[in-house]
Amino acid sequence: MSQSGPALKDLPWLCPTPPDFREACRKLSGLPDGAFAVEARRLAAHAMSESHLNQICKALDRRSAAGQSLDPLQPLTLAVAGNGTTDLLAKALRGTAVRYGFDLRVVQGAFGQISHEALDPDSEINRAAPDYVLLALDHRALPLAAGPRSPEEEAADVEKALGWVSSLCRGFQSHTHATLLLPTIPAPAAPLFGSLDARVNGAWRHLLAAVNRGIAEMAAGSGSLLLDVAGLAETVGLETWHDEALWNIAKLSFGQSLVPLYADVVLRLLAASRGQTRKCLVLDLDNTLWGGVIGDDGLDGIELGNGTARGEAFLAIQKTALALRDRGIVLAVCSKNQDEIARQPFRRHSDMLIKEDDIAVFVANWRDKAGNLRDIAKRLDIGVDALALLDDNPAERALVRRELPQVGVPELPEDPADYPRVLAWSGLFEAAAYSDEDAVRARYYADNARRSEAGAAVTDMDGYLASLGMEMTVSAFDAMGRTRITQLINKTNQFNLTTRRYTERDVLAMEQDPQVLALQIRLKDTFGDNGMISVVIGRPDGDALDLDTWLMSCRVLNRGVECATLNVVAGLARQRGFRWLRGVYRPTEKNALVRDHYRRLGFSQDGAEDGGATIWRLRLDSFSPHPHHIAVGLAVPAPHPV
Amino acid sequence: MLDPQLTQKLTPIFQDVFDRDDLVLTPELSSSDVEEWDSLSNIRLFVAIEQEFGVRFTTDEITALNNVGELADLMTRKGI
Repeated sequence: MSQSGPALKDLPWLCPTPPDFREACRKLSGLPDGAFAVEARRLAAHAMSESHLNQICKALDRRSAAGQSLDPLQPLTLAVAGNGTTDLLAKALRGTAVRYGFDLRVVQGAFGQISHEALDPDSEINRAAPDYVLLALDHRALPLAAGPRSPEEEAADVEKALGWVSSLCRGFQSHTHATLLLPTIPAPAAPLFGSLDARVNGAWRHLLAAVNRGIAEMAAGSGSLLLDVAGLAETVGLETWHDEALWNIAKLSFGQSLVPLYADVVLRLLAASRGQTRKCLVLDLDNTLWGGVIGDDGLDGIELGNGTARGEAFLAIQKTALALRDRGIVLAVCSKNQDEIARQPFRRHSDMLIKEDDIAVFVANWRDKAGNLRDIAKRLDIGVDALALLDDNPAERALVRRELPQVGVPELPEDPADYPRVLAWSGLFEAAAYSDEDAVRARYYADNARRSEAGAAVTDMDGYLASLGMEMTVSAFDAMGRTRITQLINKTNQFNLTTRRYTERDVLAMEQDPQVLALQIRLKDTFGDNGMISVVIGRPDGDALDLDTWLMSCRVLNRGVECATLNVVAGLARQRGFRWLRGVYRPTEKNALVRDHYRRLGFSQDGAEDGGATIWRLRLDSFSPHPHHIAVGLAVPAPHPV
Repeated sequence: MLDPQLTQKLTPIFQDVFDRDDLVLTPELSSSDVEEWDSLSNIRLFVAIEQEFGVRFTTDEITALNNVGELADLMTRKGI
C-alpha cells in the first residue's frame, strides 16, 4: 500500500499475495479433489495482480486439461463482447471468479464484431450458450461523435446510441438464456471546452450522462444487471482509467493496472445476482466504533464525536454502519469485552450514533471470535457466509480468516478515517437488485430476536404459535413481486428442495404461463411483517403436479408455514384436476434441513435418482389438510378451462 | 553485461509476468526466446514495470523494444 493511503486499484480490502503465490499455484494441480478448491479459494482471496490472475488461471486450466475435477467450484459461462481487445480481461475474469467460488469459462466474441455476435444465432457467443454476457463497451463503441449540437440533435444521438445497445440486448436475449451485464460508459478524460462540457449539448460529459441514464433504465427494464463502469472510472479517476497509448498499441479499453479491480467488480455483481452477498455486518467495538478501549479508558476517555479528528473518524464509521442498516443489512456486535462495560457507550455516551436497538445480536465476552461469529449466524438463522466482520485488530482478522474463511473480513488501512471507503469498496454488500423489502430486512431480524425471546417464555408450542397471530397470503407471481421472487430463488440455500435458480426473465415467463402454478407467499404476525417468505412452483406432469421448486426463508422455520402451504397447494392442484403431487428432494451441501420435508408432510417415497435425489408422491383425493395456526388468504386466479 | 542491481529488480517481474522460474535475464534475451512473451504479455510486462518503479513508457518505447538490454538502457535513462 502506498504511503498516500489505500488505492482502490490495489484492492486494499484484500490481503497482499504471499511471496510463494506462484509456487502455491503450481502445486494446485496436484492436490486431491477436496483440498483443491479450498486452497484455490484461499489463494484467490488475496489481492491478485494481473500476473497472479494469469497464474491461477493456468493452474485451473492445467487441472481441467488433466481431466481432474474443479469441484465444488461452480461452473459458469461468461461471454465477453467488447469493442476492444478482451484477451487479458478474459484471464483476469476467470482468475477472479475463483475468489467467488466459480469455475468460470470465458468466451470471447470475435474482435470488432459486437453486432454480429449479438444478432447472428450462429455467432461464437450465441453458440456457447453463456449464463452471462458482459458488454465491455467504451465510448468508442457507440455510434456517436461528440461536438456542440442543438438539444434536439443531442437527443437524437442519445436515442441512436441507446437503440444500438438495445439491439445488442435483444440479440443476445433472443439467441441465449444469458443474463446481460450492461455497462455505463465513462467519459473521456479530455474535455472539449472545459467546465462548459457539463452543460453543452453534444459534449462527451453531457452526452454520456444522458446515455448512461438510459442504460440504467434499460437494465432495469430488461432484467439485465447494471455494471456501473462510469462510476468505477470516476472513483479511480478518469486520468488513470483512460490510457490512450494502450488503446493505440493494443486496443485496450482502459488502463491495464485496473484490470484486477474491474474483474472483481464484475464478479461481485455476478455473485450477488446469484444470492452470494453478505446480510450482516458484525462490528468490533474498541478502536473500531470508537477510539480507545472502553474497559481501560472509560466513558470519558474514549474518542468519539466532533471536536477531534479521530473522534470524527469513528463517527463516520458509525454513520456508514447505520447507512448499511437502513438499506437492510443487519448489524451485530462481537467484541472481546465484559458485556455491561461494552454496552456503556451505547447507553450513556452522548455522541454514540448506533444504539442498542440497532444491533440485532450483541455478543461481548472473552471467547474466541470465530466461535462467537458462528453463534451470531445461528441466532440470526443465516449462514456464516452471510457475515462480514469489521475489526481493527489484524490478529483477530487473521484468526477469523483461518477458522472461518467463509466470513468476509476486509483488511483495514492504518487510518480509521479510511475505514468507511475501504469497507464500501470491498463490495461485500454488493446487491444486484434492491426492493422495499430489503430495506426493512434489518427490522425483521430484530423482530425475530424478540420472537425467540417470546418463544423462550412459552413452553407450550401450540399456545406460542397461536399467540403469534400469523396471517399468510398466497398469490400468483406478479410484476410487483418479480424482483423479490428472483432474489429468493437465487439466494435461498437451506430450505430449498431443488435449488433450481431462475433469472428474472425466467420468472416473468412463469408468471405469464397459465400452465405453471407459480406462487409467492407472504407472512405477517403480531411482531411485524415478514414480507415474502416462500415460493412454490408447480408444473403439470400428466395427472400429477410436479413441484419444480419449493423454498422458504429460514426466518419462519418451525411455525407451520410448510403445512399451511401444502394445504393451499394441494387444494389448488385438486381444483386444476390433478390427482397427485410429485416432489423431489435434490441434496446440496446446504439443504440437509429439508431432506425429510416430504416425508414429514405425508408424502410417500417413489424412487430415487443418481446423485442422491429422492422422489415423493402425495395422493390428492385422500389428502386431509394439516392443522396449523395461520390464517390463510388466497389471491390466485381460477384455472383456465382446459 | 546488465547492471546487477537492475537485474535483481527486473528478474522477479519477468518471472512473474511470464510465469517462468527459470528465466535468466541477459541483454540479448528477447521475445523470440520466451514462448510466453507475445504482444499482449509484453503489455503486461510494461505495466508491471510501470507499477513497480512508478515510471511511464511512451508508445514508441513500448513498441520499439527489442530485447532486455534495450529495456535496461531505457530504465537507466529514466533514472532507475
